[in-house]
Amino acid sequence: MTKKEHHEHDHAHMLLPSDPTLRAKAIETLLVGKGLVDPAAVDAIVDTFSNDIGPRNGAQVVARSWIDPEYRARLLADGTAAMAELGFSGMQGEHMVAVENSDRVHNVVVCTLCSCYPWPVLGLPPVWFKSPEYRARVVREPRAVLTEFGLTLADDVEIRVWDSTAEIRYLVIPQRPDGSEALDEAGLADLVTRDSMIGTGLAKSPEAG
Amino acid sequence: MSQPPESQPLEPERPFAEPWHAQIFGLTHALANAGIFTWPEWGTHFGAALDQALQAGGPEDGSDYYDVWLVALETMLIERNHADRDSLNDLRAAWTEAYLSTPHGDPVELGSEAFVDRGSG
Repeated sequence: MTKKEHHEHDHAHMLLPSDPTLRAKAIETLLVGKGLVDPAAVDAIVDTFSNDIGPRNGAQVVARSWIDPEYRARLLADGTAAMAELGFSGMQGEHMVAVENSDRVHNVVVCTLCSCYPWPVLGLPPVWFKSPEYRARVVREPRAVLTEFGLTLADDVEIRVWDSTAEIRYLVIPQRPDGSEALDEAGLADLVTRDSMIGTGLAKSPEAG
Repeated sequence: MSQPPESQPLEPERPFAEPWHAQIFGLTHALANAGIFTWPEWGTHFGAALDQALQAGGPEDGSDYYDVWLVALETMLIERNHADRDSLNDLRAAWTEAYLSTPHGDPVELGSEAFVDRGSG
């Protein structure tokens, strides 16, 4: 990019933004100019993802599944509908599938293709979820990867790795921690971490606060 | 993992590290919502772009994720005749010019003449 055409300008002006910033603006101007997107719709989407959705939504789903066996059954039978019951839906018609951990089975989620993620209940994925390293390794050597996350599972626990796609996105239901019997639904939701719903962690124990 | 995840519970990391990350994410969603392409189509296209970036020696920690997304969005739009490289380059230059010629503190805007549909789609 030559700068010579700008020599006549007074450089007390704006700092020039980064190349990607300018390219993103170019795309938006083009698409809005063609009437393919409405800038207000773009802003609304960004606002929703920045402020309204995140792992607290999924934590409510998990907490409900811990205290309400009928809800849990509905969640396992039709995740999309059960999550929508709590108001978490939209973002295209993807199917949401809940998979439950037990003493015998531990589930972990990846998207080997790109970064498909259950947006309505978890929001945006963390950087490591999008990394080529995680996407490749958790399939090949899940036990080792989980250990690196600080999660060491007994040898007799089967690890199931679920590969999310644009059509099917998985949410892990972690096991309810011991000692959480006295907690109400909101208190339980506070124990549910983002990583526990991806499967790279467990729900917090109440004592750990 | 090369980038050990801190054991953070529910407080998410900043949703978008850069405003342009949010912008291309929002644009892609708006395009899918408008039926310009489907999520599976996007996933296939973006996934291939991520593979390519990795093969070309890109980082393994996901730090180039939105850079690849940006390239994938451009190429997807060009392949489907919703955009062409010349128009994108012209608009990028127009935005550059707008930034350089706008006094500091004023909102940077493009004149309405900046958008030129080159008639690709």
